[in-house]
Parts: sequence; structure tokens; C-alpha cells
Amino acid sequence: MKEFFAMGGYAFYVWGAYGVTFALLAVEVFLILKRKRETKT
Amino acid sequence: MKWFWYASPQTFFPLAGTIARIAAVLAAVLALAGLYVGFFVAPTDAQQGEAYRIIYIHVPAAWMSMFLYVVMAAWAALGLAFNTRLSFMLARALAPTGALFTFIALWTGSLWGRPTWGTYWVWDARLTSELVLLFLYFGFMALQASIDERRRADRAGAVLAIVGVVNIPIIYYSVKWWNTLHQGASVSFSKAPSMAATMFTGMILVALAFWMYSIAVAMMRVRCEIAENP
Repeated sequence: MKEFFAMGGYAFYVWGAYGVTFALLAVEVFLILKRKRETKT
Repeated sequence: MKWFWYASPQTFFPLAGTIARIAAVLAAVLALAGLYVGFFVAPTDAQQGEAYRIIYIHVPAAWMSMFLYVVMAAWAALGLAFNTRLSFMLARALAPTGALFTFIALWTGSLWGRPTWGTYWVWDARLTSELVLLFLYFGFMALQASIDERRRADRAGAVLAIVGVVNIPIIYYSVKWWNTLHQGASVSFSKAPSMAATMFTGMILVALAFWMYSIAVAMMRVRCEIAENP
């Protein structure tokens, strides 16, 4: 498990890429849902 | 199919909701499958070690950034040709997602470049043309936001989007036309993929997941557009 997260020493690059990607996709979905709520009221 | 029936925003509204729900579920399933194959089935790369695993988001995101631009420009062109409001709404709905995938392609490429090339950024043809694509998306959104009259905004944006399509083949062929630091295409139409089959499978699954994600998000956004401009 520890080995998996270490990514052979490339943890910063691999998880930095995946982390930012998923965070941005989540933000986009959040913003659209927020916009949807605001139009309905 | 009665295509022109659905060209009316009001009739398209419920259909967009259905498509968004189906696409969102498919996106989640495909992403989980793709990441499972990418991280647990595919082997470690002989030259790059584990750093290569960035490929599972980098390449699909780069594909999406170009593909979404072409789709956006096509809807804008249809809007100009037939004067259909829904076409322009779809073009507007796609732009932020396209810009997002362009940024993700640049970001992940940068984090991949550091361990493999020794630098986060270099002004070579592939990277620079992809950066131009990001500015084209921003330009499209800024131009539309800056014009108050809706029809004029849509028309101006459409012209910009259509002219910008020139950049897509430049990005795609940049690695052939110029001597770039970026490697050539790993997957092309003319030859078999130059990578292990499991790596290729993982990449295709994530690409399909991004595709479904883009459809879901664009449909949700077009519903907001319709609701705001009835």
C-alpha cells in the first residue's frame, strides 16, 4: 500500500497530476449545480 | 428522429437532462475501470518507471481539448448557417469544459515533463500550440461575455471559434512538422499503438470516461442556458 502511494519516487508528479485533475472536474460540476440552483429560485 | 423538433430549446430541455444522467453514470463507471486497469493491471514502464502513469489523464485530456474545440466550432458554424439558438447555446456550453481539459493537458504534461525531460515547460511547437488553444477558448468566452446583445455575441464568438480551428491540425501535426521535445503520437490512425495492450486499454477507457463527462457537463450547462434565456 505504502509502495503504491510512493509511485516509485514519482509520487509528487503522479498524484499532483491526478489530484489537480479531479479537483478541477469536481469544481466544474459544483459550479454548474450552483448555477442551476440559482436559476430555479 | 425528428431532428428539427429537438432544435427548439424548450423541447431539448428534458432530453438534455436524460442524456446528462446517463452520461454521468457511464463516465463514473468508465473512469473507475480505466484507472483500475491503468494502476493495477498495466505494468511499470521500462524507461520512465511509475511516472508514465500520468499518461492515463494527459493523453485523453489532450484529445478532449482538441475534439471539444472542433465540436464547439461546428455548433457555432451551424448556428451561423441556420440561425438556431440551440446551436449557439451548445457552443457556449462546451467552451468552459474545453478550456478545462486544455488546462489539464498542460498541467499534467508539465508534471510529466519535469521527471522525464528535466523541465516543467519548454516553448516547443506542441506545447505552444496547445497553450494557444487555451487562449482561443478564453478568447471565445471573453468575447461573448463582453457583448451585451445576445445575437451579436453569438455571431462574433462563432467567427472566432471557426477561425481558431486552424490551430487544431497545427497542434496535431506539430510533432511531425517541427523538431519538438514532445514525443510523436503514441496512437495514430496509420499504425498499431506503440505501447503495451493493457496501457492502451486503460488510456482508451479514461478517454471514453472524459467523453461521457464532457457530454454530461455540457448537457447540464445547456439546461442552465435554456432556463436563463427562455
